[in-house]
Amino acid sequence: MAPLILSRYTVVSALGKGLDETYRALRDRRSGLRPCDFEDVAIKTYIGRVEGLEDVPVGGGSRAKELAQFDCRNNRLALLGLQQDGFTSAALEARERYGTHRVAVILGSSTSGILETEHAYRHRDPATGALPTSYLTDYRYTHNMFSVAHFVRTYLGLKGPAMVISTACSSSAKAFATAARFIEAGFCDAAVVGGVDSLCQTILYGFASLELLARGPCRPCDEERDGLTLGESAGFALLEKSGGAGHAGAVALLGYGESCDGYHMSHPHPEGAGAIGAMQGALRRGGLQPRDIDYINLHGTATRANDSIEDNAVNSVFGPSTPCSSTKGWTGHTLGAAGITEAVIAALCLTRSFVPGTLNTTRVDSSLRSHVLLENQEQPVRRVLSNIFGFGGNNCSLILGTV
Amino acid sequence: MVLYVNGVGTLGPGLAGWAESRAVLASERPCGDAAPPEPSAGVLPANERRRSSDLVRWAVHVAQEAMQQADADAHEVASVFASCDGEMGILDRLCTALATPQRAISPTLFHHSVHNAASGYWGIATGSQQSSTVLSCYDSSFCAALLEAVAYAHLEERLVLLVAYDLPPPPPLYAARPLQGGFAAALVLARTPAPHSLAQLDLTLSNDRSGEATGMADARLEALRSGNPAARSLPLLAAIARRHAALVRLEYLEDQHLLVQVTPCRS
Repeated sequence: MAPLILSRYTVVSALGKGLDETYRALRDRRSGLRPCDFEDVAIKTYIGRVEGLEDVPVGGGSRAKELAQFDCRNNRLALLGLQQDGFTSAALEARERYGTHRVAVILGSSTSGILETEHAYRHRDPATGALPTSYLTDYRYTHNMFSVAHFVRTYLGLKGPAMVISTACSSSAKAFATAARFIEAGFCDAAVVGGVDSLCQTILYGFASLELLARGPCRPCDEERDGLTLGESAGFALLEKSGGAGHAGAVALLGYGESCDGYHMSHPHPEGAGAIGAMQGALRRGGLQPRDIDYINLHGTATRANDSIEDNAVNSVFGPSTPCSSTKGWTGHTLGAAGITEAVIAALCLTRSFVPGTLNTTRVDSSLRSHVLLENQEQPVRRVLSNIFGFGGNNCSLILGTV
Repeated sequence: MVLYVNGVGTLGPGLAGWAESRAVLASERPCGDAAPPEPSAGVLPANERRRSSDLVRWAVHVAQEAMQQADADAHEVASVFASCDGEMGILDRLCTALATPQRAISPTLFHHSVHNAASGYWGIATGSQQSSTVLSCYDSSFCAALLEAVAYAHLEERLVLLVAYDLPPPPPLYAARPLQGGFAAALVLARTPAPHSLAQLDLTLSNDRSGEATGMADARLEALRSGNPAARSLPLLAAIARRHAALVRLEYLEDQHLLVQVTPCRS
């Protein structure tokens, strides 16, 4: 494939708002994880919560009426993301340059604004069981799976193709693949890609029911790892053809690979067949060899099964020497937004010449054969492969590099 | 961009299977009794079928019908699943449980709640490891899926199974999203024609919305079309069923139209 430029990108997570705060936390090895203090959740675990979302409603200003209906935690997080690193002005410039109908909005989310529905179910009419009227009228703009793309295209005044991809954890990685196809097919000239997922009771109690939550901050690839830590994040990238947007050193999407395990809803394929297919697909599409990859950002959730199966898959494609690490110890697993979050981290590796180690991990599981980094390294990085695997056995690998 | 339809599956009130739907949609006979049909989804192993949600069975059922008709091997076919609202029945049970003091939810219920449950089950049932995209675009979910399918078929040079499916949610959520009927449709789409191709589709995304979106002449079918996002596929299915050339105009959000020129492949 021809490289597609990420002409602007940003992320908000438990590490902070925007590229600089994210980079500083990575560089200083400061985790965003904290003991769970989300709502009244009574689970002994850690979370990666974004500060202050409770206090910044969507709406206000001259477009209050139009935007207020979208107000929910998920869209607040989206808005916070749109406001970082000049992303909104870059998107508006693209709108001017290409036309309102020529910029797509393709985002990923796994749970959208389900928190609103959770709240509504606590306030049902005792006599009829009906949900509150305000919830009913806002459902389309808050919980419906399309809500976050609806909000973003409304906020940015875009009228091009749009959708929300919801393939659990791989959602926002797959948004890159679909956007690349849409640009190549001529449905649009540029795309706002990314994803947003926010904390809710469903995922906290859901992962607790699967016994997949770590008690402390997650420790990917550690001998003693005991599960994942949930987080929330929003990230966006403006994806364009290299023509006008590419300058020397610009970050580009070089390849993507998508696959399924065809095995189980919540357990990865034991030999990592789908994961191998995704990585090989990304290399093939980028016209690259395994040796061309300088660093692999692992899915690395810190569950027993994921890390050992992913290790096996990475080892079978790359062998034991390509440096790899998981950044989940910083951000937590932000589910449908993990793809964009880790794509932005990959972009930081490329532009700031460093590779993050694996935070919180003290001793790498001796059964793992890949080259798992624990400490950060300062080094030039030309190409990063990022793995994202999800429930339902849905996998996506992205390759980002500089042009 | 051009696509060929190699197989169709349908399930809806009076539209159980393509043979019945084809006759109804080609106006050879009126839409029958509107009692909702039961999906068999026989490709699912018995255990998985018992555990799966209604919505999963609806989606898998039509996928299976279309794939059989296309005589396609699932291991070679990528998929695009489109549902506007996803697993509302499961979400109702989850949110009900989360509103109790114990908040005990079952792991099965949780992993069935994801928007890609049907895609996951399709993969489990067939063992296919091809890409599967699962999306929502509110009432335009079918249209968005058609765009993803045509782009995928052309650029990845692979057959694509498109499945659109939406069921009315249970009572408290029904007031938030009063979907009609219950409808699922599947298409097996190819970049190049096959001897058994039913129709050629030529797709154009247009900013010109001056023409009216294609509707259904029959009042019952029109109510289904406008009341269920998956049934927004009905005008296209009807054009395929009629076996003569037609231009179908599908609304893509409030901003664009997807024009589909349908040409039959055999008489």
